[in-house]
Amino acid sequence: MRAFADLLDRLSLTSSRNTKLVLVRDYLAATPDPDRGWALAALTGDLSFDAAKPAFIRKAVEERMDPILFRWSYDYVGDLAEAVALVWPARPGANREPELSEVVDALRGATRAEVQRLIEGWLDALEPTGRWALLKLMTGGLRIGVSARMAKQALADMGKVEVAEIEEVWHALHPPYEDLFAWLEGRSDRPSAVAPGRFRPVMLAQAIDEEVDFGKLDPADYAAEWKWDGIRVQAVCEGGVRRLYTRTGDDISQSFPDVVERLDFDGALDGELVVLRDGRIGAFSELQQRLNRKTADAKLIAAYPAGIRAYDLLSDRGEDTRTLPFNLRRKRLEAFVTPLIAYNIDLSPLAEFATWEELAALRATPPDGDAQVAEGVMLKRWDSIYEAGRPKGPWFKWKRDPFLIDAVLMYAQRGHGKRSSFYSDYTFGVWTQDELGARVLTPVGKAYFGFTDEELKGIDKYVRDNTIERFGPVRSVRAEPHHGLVFEVAFEGLQKSTRHKSGVAMRFPRISRIRWDKPPGEADELPTLQRMLD
Amino acid sequence: MIKPESLLCPRPAGLYCPPGDFYIDPTRPVDRAVITHGHSDHARAGHGAVLATPQTLAIMAERYGAEFAGATEAGPYGQTAERNGVEVTLVPAGHVLGSAQAVVRWKGLTIVASGDYKRRRDPTCAAFEPVPCDVFITEATFGLPVFRHPPDHEEIARLLKSVAQFPERSHLIGAYALGKAQRVIKLLREAGWERAIYVHGALERLNRLYQDHGVDLGPLAPATSNTKADFAGEIIIAPPSALQDRWSRRFPDPIGAFASGWMRVRARARQRGVELPLVISDHADWDELTSTIDELRPGELWITHGREEALARWSELHGVKARALALVGYEDEDDD
Repeated sequence: MRAFADLLDRLSLTSSRNTKLVLVRDYLAATPDPDRGWALAALTGDLSFDAAKPAFIRKAVEERMDPILFRWSYDYVGDLAEAVALVWPARPGANREPELSEVVDALRGATRAEVQRLIEGWLDALEPTGRWALLKLMTGGLRIGVSARMAKQALADMGKVEVAEIEEVWHALHPPYEDLFAWLEGRSDRPSAVAPGRFRPVMLAQAIDEEVDFGKLDPADYAAEWKWDGIRVQAVCEGGVRRLYTRTGDDISQSFPDVVERLDFDGALDGELVVLRDGRIGAFSELQQRLNRKTADAKLIAAYPAGIRAYDLLSDRGEDTRTLPFNLRRKRLEAFVTPLIAYNIDLSPLAEFATWEELAALRATPPDGDAQVAEGVMLKRWDSIYEAGRPKGPWFKWKRDPFLIDAVLMYAQRGHGKRSSFYSDYTFGVWTQDELGARVLTPVGKAYFGFTDEELKGIDKYVRDNTIERFGPVRSVRAEPHHGLVFEVAFEGLQKSTRHKSGVAMRFPRISRIRWDKPPGEADELPTLQRMLD
Repeated sequence: MIKPESLLCPRPAGLYCPPGDFYIDPTRPVDRAVITHGHSDHARAGHGAVLATPQTLAIMAERYGAEFAGATEAGPYGQTAERNGVEVTLVPAGHVLGSAQAVVRWKGLTIVASGDYKRRRDPTCAAFEPVPCDVFITEATFGLPVFRHPPDHEEIARLLKSVAQFPERSHLIGAYALGKAQRVIKLLREAGWERAIYVHGALERLNRLYQDHGVDLGPLAPATSNTKADFAGEIIIAPPSALQDRWSRRFPDPIGAFASGWMRVRARARQRGVELPLVISDHADWDELTSTIDELRPGELWITHGREEALARWSELHGVKARALALVGYEDEDDD
């Protein structure tokens, strides 16, 4: 338990992806079975308990200490699990610290009343970090900023294999994954991937470099499709098991019952999850109403009906089609996804073109219909097999040009990790009129990348030299018509927002250029942005 | 028996002794002062006469120059000085080098003004000595039950594990210049770290002073001496404020660590962007505060600075009369 607690402790305090990968990798390499398997399951979200409700934990601690001293402590710390972990008045003579696997085993066989007694005994035996980790695990939700995908990447780093190889077998395995570790440590063969309804690791596209790539590529070798503005999903139905997965293999079947109930086929589709009404795609902001929710009620489904626009076929009635070239897979897909399959599953059409100039024209002025709301186009080599990961060459994405505006730097915040000595997170604004008709800046977005390290040094110096006020890690920066710093900001789309004072929210904003030359007074105005609303 | 308030009472300049006519750790210049230890909020320059341990006098001279007071009197541990019939004895407090409790005796009454103290072992200073007393004056910097400092060697072991785990990065430790920095260095030596430890310029004079007083800190080097790549795998110690300063950019992708009792609370670490909190403090934690009160069982407990209300409540619940003195002007040295 101690090693697992130390791991969670460090993960919770670092924002660097590479650091997290090293921490998890080293933990998995150094910890024996079955503890590491349970820890891995906890990180990937495949192990969680709701064994202890916050009210129980609070009651348990207040039985042991003065409730007023506890309340002052909780007020100071602000987090129940952490406050209890720190103040817990351990009874002397406690047992040795439990291992993670002992905790898991005990909980699986215990009744609710027994669970509470067990937890108290463990809290007595553990030190504060161990208690904190235990309580986080018991109350569900580690919230330490590690995704399932990242945990699998660390596992791949540990075993020196590609993460796709792990994803291939993941859904056929169960915690504590002893067979998986045996394979990664070279003690056995790779475990079998055969499990009905399993996830298949997805193939991803490279961004095309217009300057370089088109000169080398022959348009006759490629098919083009529209790049839809939804989320990538994999829909599987095998042997009666139906699953909907995200591109990283998270199972989101529960959130989309309206899609899952229509998976009346035997195979695995790759496609885009979108809001779909009578064959027309809704805005991404509509789909967002359905994302990050555990379930969906009838009202939500009626308001934002979900569907799949399919563009690849990974399995067809028991046959693995991923080794077929794209042209053959496409034929199989067209036969598979017919109007009969379901009202909310349709086929993503190909865009016809003969030369790169023709494709450029299509991308710039898409035909009427859904293509108008596409994010750009995808290029897929006719002869490419379906290869997990992001191989260079077979698939490209060519996104629509981003929106660009000129905005004025208003606030800067310290970064994290290796950027902690730099003001690297920027809030910028455009001009509008206040109630009295005066021209003022209103914040429209925040960005923390898009610039080089050299440029960051320059902006950091500018922020320090032009600070008006400080609030903790944030500085407000001089922003006046004749004195201030202008950023050219690129973003993918703009949505109405009631949460932002300006009434707009950007998708994927980043700094595209630093306009040292431009007077802030000439930056854009809010009405310009309002015309860009999706 | 005389009332304790007639021997020591709070005044705007600090804790005052009317019969002896002296202050303990006054926060503004006074004629006669007793100084418990060298941290700048307790030891200020400009007093008429100062009584302190020889080590504390040396620290004050190092910080403020030889002319920091009109006159000085060295009071070695255990030796009694007299002020108008009031006896003052300095006894180790275990806080930093030279730190002392002021034991004040007059007409059969004993008050111990403990200054800042801790109870656990510290290889850089003498250990706290409990003195039976009628009134014990305690600090309460970490006077909440959440502050429970783990064993030092566990914290140092976590640091060394991280150094081994990230050999291409440097570890930059924020530690207060007087006491904490030298203690962290000494603890690293005890844990077997024999390489040169790189130190910020602001620590150099006090490091030398500690070494002159017999605390062997091993090989130290200025943090300006290497090129960036050479700091990979090295440990650097700097005042806490330098952690997020532009000064830190000279190191390769540093992991920010901070040695302080405040690091026990995750939100405090997060707020400061500390990746590797080291819960190492020169102040008593909750368990040390409460066990000291239990051990001494004074007639009265007076609480100076920190979280007085929680410690006062605990004392009352355990049958020791407590009052907060509401002295102003003291802060924890790490809480900047």
